[in-house]
Amino acid sequence: MKIELTPQQKRDQAAFRAFVQEEIVPHANRYDQEEHTPVELIQKIAQQGYLRAIISTEYGGTNMDMISYGLLNEEIGRGCSSIRSLITVHSMVAHAILRWGNRQQKADWLPRLAEGEIIGAFGLSEPAVGSDAKSIEATAALEGDYYVLNGRKKWTTYGQIAGLFLVFAQCEGKVSAFLVERETPGFATEPIRGMLGTRASMLAELYLRDCRIPKGNMVGGRGFGLASVATSALDIGRYTVAWGCVGIAQACLDASLQYTSHRQQFGVYLKEHQLVQQMITNMITNVKAARLLCYQAGYLKDAGDPHTIMETWVAKYFASTAAAQAASDAVQIHGANGCSADYPVQRYLRDTKIMEIIEGSTQIQQITIARYGYQEQ
Amino acid sequence: MDIRTITRAFLAKFFQNLDLQDDQDIFAMGFVNSLFAMQLVLFVESEFGISVENEDLDIDNFKSINAIVNLVERKAETHIGA
Repeated sequence: MKIELTPQQKRDQAAFRAFVQEEIVPHANRYDQEEHTPVELIQKIAQQGYLRAIISTEYGGTNMDMISYGLLNEEIGRGCSSIRSLITVHSMVAHAILRWGNRQQKADWLPRLAEGEIIGAFGLSEPAVGSDAKSIEATAALEGDYYVLNGRKKWTTYGQIAGLFLVFAQCEGKVSAFLVERETPGFATEPIRGMLGTRASMLAELYLRDCRIPKGNMVGGRGFGLASVATSALDIGRYTVAWGCVGIAQACLDASLQYTSHRQQFGVYLKEHQLVQQMITNMITNVKAARLLCYQAGYLKDAGDPHTIMETWVAKYFASTAAAQAASDAVQIHGANGCSADYPVQRYLRDTKIMEIIEGSTQIQQITIARYGYQEQ
Repeated sequence: MDIRTITRAFLAKFFQNLDLQDDQDIFAMGFVNSLFAMQLVLFVESEFGISVENEDLDIDNFKSINAIVNLVERKAETHIGA
């Protein structure tokens, strides 16, 4: 057994880190306050090739291995969870088409997604449906050569600017997946503002009113949409969220190391206080443990091992709860400064609460992982 | 081990305390979920070296031990024929 990045992975990691440090970190608090991601930044991300990472070379992608892809999400997550969520949802749509799309869908959409010409977004959650995804209320009915979609979707990340939406709807009583273009008549989006965290991720509510899409826009088989398309896309999404949480926790640690080395109370630096050392120790340990779980999930993904699905659940569960604790401690260490907009730790704290809810809430994970334990005994 | 034995061993992890019959519809039993379905697809691909395509995504191909064995044999034949 050998846990070590390849020379190429190390070079990629350094490049990701440099980009995030220069283009994202200095501006992330502003994006958060303005609840907006500048289009110029998205263009720079596309130019770096980050939007094409998991798309195969046949369709203009780079076919990045899962460890490198994880490192990308850690670094971007370290800088800004909203931007990381752009990579997440875009990749989820690309992955769904790559894995389950037909030849025409791949040819039509993957090159444009790879270039960043269009952004992909995911439409599963609804006003009344979250974790219980099979109970979605949106409908799709076949009429001649078209499916007619009706319903509402909520909390769609980057729904304000996406050009292609992967929408899930009940079709003949079973959940199926459909590709919907923004320009489709009957389709509209409305921005959602004032969220607690990942405030720059440009959430939107989607409205589908007699939205007619070509029959060929269904992805995956009828009735297998949830099991194949949604579950595999969410698996990739969960993997990126897990890595993003490692990034947030690392950012909390970096900020806390810096702050405690420069601020004095009672005549000594904060780092000399043992109760502060306890929080630093927990951060260091949990960041390392979370990263190792993510490596494990990524390794299994590259190997095509079915265990990767549940190991990704484990990684996301641990990383999201560890990041939440790290962010809470980081704010505590920073005191009043930590609660102010002048420091990023208050953003990390708000963002980690989102991480404990998306791509499988902590409670759903606790139920699912326990069941996995009994299956594997 | 043959395809049937390997498949039964995999499914036994999910259907503990049940003596699954070869033609028993596991989806009709009501307690499988989408996560299980995806694990099943990945299992079939990694264990038997086949690629499950969009057109294979039919519940009829995965609903029982017999159905899975038929799918794997059919895909393997196609692969050899190609």
